[in-house]
Amino acid sequence: MAHSAPKIVNPQGIAEEIGALLGSMLIETVDHADELTFTVVRDDLANAMVALRDMGHYQQLMEIAGVDYPERPERFEVAYHLLSVTRNHRVRVKVSTDEDTPVPTVTHLWPVAGWLEREVFDMYGVVFDGNTDLRRILTDYGFKGHPQRKDFPLTGYVELRYSEEDKRVVYEPVKLAQDFRSFDFMSPWEGAQYVLPGDEKAAAPAAPAAPAAAPTPKATESKADTGAGDAANKKAEDKSGDAPAKPAAATDEGKGAAKPEDKA
Amino acid sequence: MSDYLEKLDHVTDAADPAYGDTEIQNYTINFGPQHPAAHGVLRLVMELEGEIVERCDPHVGLLHRGTEKLIEYKTYMQALPYFDRLDYCSPLGMEHSYVLAVEKLLNLEVPVRAQYLRVFFAELTRICNHMLNLGSHVMDVGAMTPNLWLFEIREDCLNFFERASGARMHSAYFRPGGVHQDVPLKLLTDIADWLDTRLPRLFEDAMSLVVDNRIFKQRNVDIAIVSKEDALKWGFSGPMLRGSGIAWDIRKAQPYDVYDRMDFDIPVGTAYDCYDRFMVRVEEVRQSARIMKQCLNEMPEGPIASFDRKVSPPKRGEMKRSMEALIHHFKLYTEGFHVPAGEVYVATESPKGEFGVYLVSDGSNKPYRCKIRPTAFSHLQAMDFMMKGHMLADTTAVLGAMDIVFGECDR
Repeated sequence: MAHSAPKIVNPQGIAEEIGALLGSMLIETVDHADELTFTVVRDDLANAMVALRDMGHYQQLMEIAGVDYPERPERFEVAYHLLSVTRNHRVRVKVSTDEDTPVPTVTHLWPVAGWLEREVFDMYGVVFDGNTDLRRILTDYGFKGHPQRKDFPLTGYVELRYSEEDKRVVYEPVKLAQDFRSFDFMSPWEGAQYVLPGDEKAAAPAAPAAPAAAPTPKATESKADTGAGDAANKKAEDKSGDAPAKPAAATDEGKGAAKPEDKA
Repeated sequence: MSDYLEKLDHVTDAADPAYGDTEIQNYTINFGPQHPAAHGVLRLVMELEGEIVERCDPHVGLLHRGTEKLIEYKTYMQALPYFDRLDYCSPLGMEHSYVLAVEKLLNLEVPVRAQYLRVFFAELTRICNHMLNLGSHVMDVGAMTPNLWLFEIREDCLNFFERASGARMHSAYFRPGGVHQDVPLKLLTDIADWLDTRLPRLFEDAMSLVVDNRIFKQRNVDIAIVSKEDALKWGFSGPMLRGSGIAWDIRKAQPYDVYDRMDFDIPVGTAYDCYDRFMVRVEEVRQSARIMKQCLNEMPEGPIASFDRKVSPPKRGEMKRSMEALIHHFKLYTEGFHVPAGEVYVATESPKGEFGVYLVSDGSNKPYRCKIRPTAFSHLQAMDFMMKGHMLADTTAVLGAMDIVFGECDR
C-alpha cells in the first residue's frame, strides 16, 4: 500500500488501445504515477479528441490546463483532462504551442471547453482557432498581459485604489515599499550556486583587456597621443605650437579601453 | 362604435397605440454583482424578451486573487492554506484534493487513523456546505425560516472545526502526510451525540417545511431540466451530475482514503430539474451523517501523520529532546520538502462536485504549476443554456441549485 489518492485502475492494454486509436496523431505516451498522458500533433487535436470521445468513450472534458516552459522552443503546453464515466478512467491529452500558433478548439465537441479555453487564453495568451468567444475571463476589464506566464511578475504591473480627489478607482504603476523576498533553499549538496550581486564581474576577467586594445593600432602621430597624461601634454603643447591640442576627455577615452571594469 | 370596428379591422392610430401595436425591443439588464441572490460577486448580463431570458452571459473573475500564481511562489506547505480560501464554504474539501495530489507525487503512505479523520471531517464539511447551500437556495425562492434553522447546524459544524483545528473556517487541518493534530476523545463523542440528536432533529424539521411546500415546488420543479447527455457535455460533476440521473460519485468510483470501507448510497435525480438537485443534496446530508457514524465506530487508535520526517514535522515534545527532530522541524518550516518531478491530476468529490488539482512538480520545494479545477466554472458556464426560455425569477432558483461560491470559481 502506498498513497491514498483516488484509485484509478488502468485497464489492461489501455495505452496500446488508445495508441492504436490515435495512430499517426500520437507523438508520445507517458505513464507516470499511474496516469496516462498522450501528446498529440497540434493540428490533429480535434480529430484525436473525436476519436477519444466517440471510440474511446471519454465522455467528459473536465479540465484544460496551460503550463509555461519558457526554455522550450514551443513554450506552452495545453493539457486536456478527459474522464470516462462508463469505463471509470481518466487520461490526459497534451499539445504544445507558442505565443503565435493557434491550437484548434474543441468547443464543438464539448461546449464546456468554451470557458476553459478562454481561461488558458487569458492566463497564457494561447490562441484557440475556432473559438468564437475568446474574451478574457478571470482578469480585470481592460487588463493587459498574461499573468500566468513565468515572465510575468507576481506583483503585476498596475495597482488600483480609490481616489478621493477623482471620486473613482484609479490605476497606478505598482509601488513596493519593500522588495519581494525570494529565498533560495537549494542545498549545497544539490548543486546550489550562491551568486552574490557583483559576483558576475569576478567571473568575467577570463577574457582579459588586452584583445580589446588590439583593434586600435598604437600610433603616436602627435604628442598628445603619447599617453603621458595631462601634465605632459600641456608641456608638449608649450614646446611645439604646431601640434593641435586635443581635449582631455578624448585622450581619456583612448586609454579607457584598458580598464577591466568596462569588460564586465 | 367606430373605434371598435377599426380595432377589428386592425386599423391603428399612431397617437393612441393599442396593445400589440408598439414593437417592444429586447432589453439587457445586469444581475449583480451586488445582488444578494448572486451568491457573491457574480455579474449576469441578461437579455430579456419581456420576462423571458433570451441570453445570459455570466461575467466572472471579480474575486480573482491569482491563487495559482501565488502558489508557484510558495512551498508545498505554505500553499495549503490558499485552498481553504477557495471555496470558503467547504474548506476541507479543497484541502483534501491538494494533500492527496502532493502525497501521490511523493507516493507517501498515510496512517489509517489520519485517513479516517480526513474522511470524517470531509463529510462534516459536506454537511456544513450543504446547510449553507440548501438554506440559501430556499431563501432565494422566498422562504426565510429553514435558512435560519440550517444555520444553527452550520454553527455547530463550525464549532466542531474550531475544536479540531483552532479555526472556524480556514482550518488548514489536512496536511501532506496526515492531519495536523489528533482530536480529543470528547470532541468525537460530542459529534456522535450531535449526529444522533441535534442534527437529525433540526435538519428534518427544516426539510419538512420545504420539500413538500407548494410554493417551493412551483419555483423549482421542471425548472432548468438538463438531460444526461447535456450534463456530460457541459462537464457537470457532483450533485449537478447526479441530479441529471447519472450515478457518478468519485468517492465510490475512484475511492480515496478510507471511502472504500464506507457503506453509503448515491442519490440520483429522476426529473433532472432544480428540485432534483436540491433533493440530491438533502439525501447527501443524511448519507454523510451515515459515513461519519461508521468512521466513529471503526476509527482505530494510532499515529495521525506520517513518520516520514522529510515530509511531516515532528511534534513539539519530541523537539525538546531530539536534535534530529529539531533539525527536521527547522528544515520543514524554512525550506519545506522537495517533491519528485512529475505531474498528477487528483480529483476528489468535494461537496460541490469534482474538485481537481493538476500539480506539476520540477523536483524543487515549490510547485511548478498548480492548476485548480473549480466545480463552479463549468456549472456557471451552462447558465446560458439552462436559462434559455425561462423567466427572470427562475434565475435565483437555477443559481441556488448550482451551489456556486466565487472564491472557488474565480480563484
